[in-house]
Amino acid sequence: MTDVRYDRAPGDVPSEEVQAWAPSEALVYSIGLLVALVLTATSFWVANTSMLWPGGVGLGLAVLAIAQMGVHLVFFLHLTSGPDSTNNILALAFGLLIVFVVVVGTIWIVTDLNDNMLMPSSDAMNVRMQP
Amino acid sequence: MNLLGKLDWSAIPLHQPIIMGATAFMGLIVAAVLGFITMKGAWPYLWREWLTSVDHKRIGVMYCILALVMLLRGFSDAIMMRSQQAVAAGGAQGYLPPEHFDQIFSAHGTIMIFFMAMPFVVGLMNFAVPLQLGIRDVAFPTLNSVSFWLTAAGALLINVSLAVGEFSKAGWWGYPPLSELQYSPGVGVDYYLWSLQISGLGTLLAGINFVTTILKMRAPGMSYMRMPVFCWTSLATNLLIVAAFPVLTAALAMLLLDRYLGFHFFTNEAGGNQMLYANLFWVWGHPEVYILVLPAFGVFSEVIATFSGKPLFGYRSMVVATMAICVLSFFVWLHHFFTMGASANVNGFFGIMSMVIALPTGVKIYNWLFTMYGGRVRLSVPVLWTVGFMVTFVIGGMTGVLHAVPPVSFQLHNSVFLIAHFHNVIIGGVVFGAMAGYTYWFPKAFGFALDERWGKASFWCWLVGFYLAFMPLYLLGLMGMTRRMQHYDNPAWQPWLIVAMIGAIVILGGIICQIVQLVVSIRDRDRLRVTADPWNGRTLEWSTASPPPAWNFAFAPNVTGRDAFWTSKRQEQARQDKPAPARAYEPIEMPKNSATGFVSAFFAVIIGFSMIWHIWWLASVGVFGAFVTLLAFAFRRHPEFEVPAEQIARFERAQQSGAAA
Repeated sequence: MTDVRYDRAPGDVPSEEVQAWAPSEALVYSIGLLVALVLTATSFWVANTSMLWPGGVGLGLAVLAIAQMGVHLVFFLHLTSGPDSTNNILALAFGLLIVFVVVVGTIWIVTDLNDNMLMPSSDAMNVRMQP
Repeated sequence: MNLLGKLDWSAIPLHQPIIMGATAFMGLIVAAVLGFITMKGAWPYLWREWLTSVDHKRIGVMYCILALVMLLRGFSDAIMMRSQQAVAAGGAQGYLPPEHFDQIFSAHGTIMIFFMAMPFVVGLMNFAVPLQLGIRDVAFPTLNSVSFWLTAAGALLINVSLAVGEFSKAGWWGYPPLSELQYSPGVGVDYYLWSLQISGLGTLLAGINFVTTILKMRAPGMSYMRMPVFCWTSLATNLLIVAAFPVLTAALAMLLLDRYLGFHFFTNEAGGNQMLYANLFWVWGHPEVYILVLPAFGVFSEVIATFSGKPLFGYRSMVVATMAICVLSFFVWLHHFFTMGASANVNGFFGIMSMVIALPTGVKIYNWLFTMYGGRVRLSVPVLWTVGFMVTFVIGGMTGVLHAVPPVSFQLHNSVFLIAHFHNVIIGGVVFGAMAGYTYWFPKAFGFALDERWGKASFWCWLVGFYLAFMPLYLLGLMGMTRRMQHYDNPAWQPWLIVAMIGAIVILGGIICQIVQLVVSIRDRDRLRVTADPWNGRTLEWSTASPPPAWNFAFAPNVTGRDAFWTSKRQEQARQDKPAPARAYEPIEMPKNSATGFVSAFFAVIIGFSMIWHIWWLASVGVFGAFVTLLAFAFRRHPEFEVPAEQIARFERAQQSGAAA
């Protein structure tokens, strides 16, 4: 069963020659931890400060959250752009697409249903009654 | 505090003769089977070779057996509904009281989708995919066994609901608010929820397993564009399972929270939103349709290429169409609730997307037709199912495109026209595909073919029965008959419903033919004995013995082109039958049997049953047991054993002398 495996699963111990030039595992995890902590701290700061324009806080938090996901994927889940990771990148892309479609679609549908289910005020009734 | 929660003697419906009769009948069959096994002393064999097996072929066969048994259960529900509607016209009430009729149609839908169609396609994938890829097992063999047993656990719970308590009366979708505690205070909806959660977990694990297997474990040289189409459709199906099943699990979990802990996700009051349940359910529900039908498309592709003696027409377009369906199936779910009140923009978008998804399916139909064109088509049983599928499925597909037009959907929503449509695609697509695959791979699995004559009889009964049973429903739908009616007062419908009932009886004839076929084939197995390659096959599963050894292939096959086995057969002919140079057999590492699947499913049944009846202490025992099982598996010392080279050599020699004789 082993001879049909061409490539290495993410997180497997790499072979000797790869290890020679790759950064050590501990270093990768430490950098990841550091960056993740910085991003977390920034998020808390952004949420509590009054120095920023309040309208942008939500957007800023979203950006920080996405960056956080990226850090986790790269440093902890070992998602790289190398040939080993093609399947993982594609799986991630597929997953993101589906999540995007489901979330955006659901918001669209349910908001639309809610709008249509509102008890129509007299104005809205008049608009609808027009031919 | 009551040690048995809500459970007491009143849970057993002693006053309902029909349910008690069915229960007694089921009990008798189970007792007879168990007694037969005990009498034969087959328990150790069964435990060693099947129940704890992690061999993908054995698990695949067990999935198919589960599916066939549940087909009988689901079909008996169907024939009860058909006979009820054939008689309950005008003032007549028929023989099924409304609360029983409601349980029957809910159980019929749930069983047929989750415990007949799903196990059947997963079983066929389990059996065929590793063989077609030229590998020895799936990526996670023990997980595979866990998947199967969790599915079986869900099926068991649903059958227990017949004897202890009741089943859901809220339809197979379980839409709130009807399925909320306020309107369904009984245990029926809980049976529905827990059996689907448990089997859904199993399906999700199977999906992960197969995606990994297909992406990571192909034989040397088996590049993506050399994979058989069945492997491609399996890949698409399992991607859909991984993407869609968590949505169902989440939706059902929210409904469970509503029912058990007083949450308000989908309730009428306190800000609940029932439409969100419908939305989430169909986010899973539409991909589910393709989860079921894509493997069937794969089977048809294999069958039609093999029996036409030609490579599949348009392999690349087939792959592209499959993957297009895989992605597009996530863009159409709203067409299940056009009438819920969305605006024309929303309905228009999803209507157009629903029409677009018919295009790749159309591409496939033409590919199959062109594969047959100019080929030497052998009209054996799998081909009959395939041709029957092509005709039937096109009709079902066209009524589907009709439904994709929102104004039409407003007319036909919840009518029996819809019932006719989806039975047309599910029976014509999935069931015919499963039957084709069953006939096609049976000789590979057991070393003897299924009897041809009874197979043909069964096919014709199914085909004719299907048209008799469902074409009248199209008409009735246009006449305004809605679905799920326990009785009706329009006498004009009755003749059509009687025709539909006759159709169901003809289908019953088809099922009886299949049972007879199985019995006759087992009896005459020496006459029907086959070699490794009974159909002149094209893909790798036909290159190994029938039935294949536990290790599938003595040597990993070296794939040099599409239709790998066909190519190598041609090359051997070109070499003038010069025997290949003898190679030394090497020992093979195989995964050891494991009781993990069986034991964890046992605890899953305990968890499910005790949660349904609010027996909290027993539920915690179940959770603890499942956790310990997992722990024991995680700390196992020797997951694999070695098949010695001599054993492999002995097997191969026996095969060769058998083939020569």
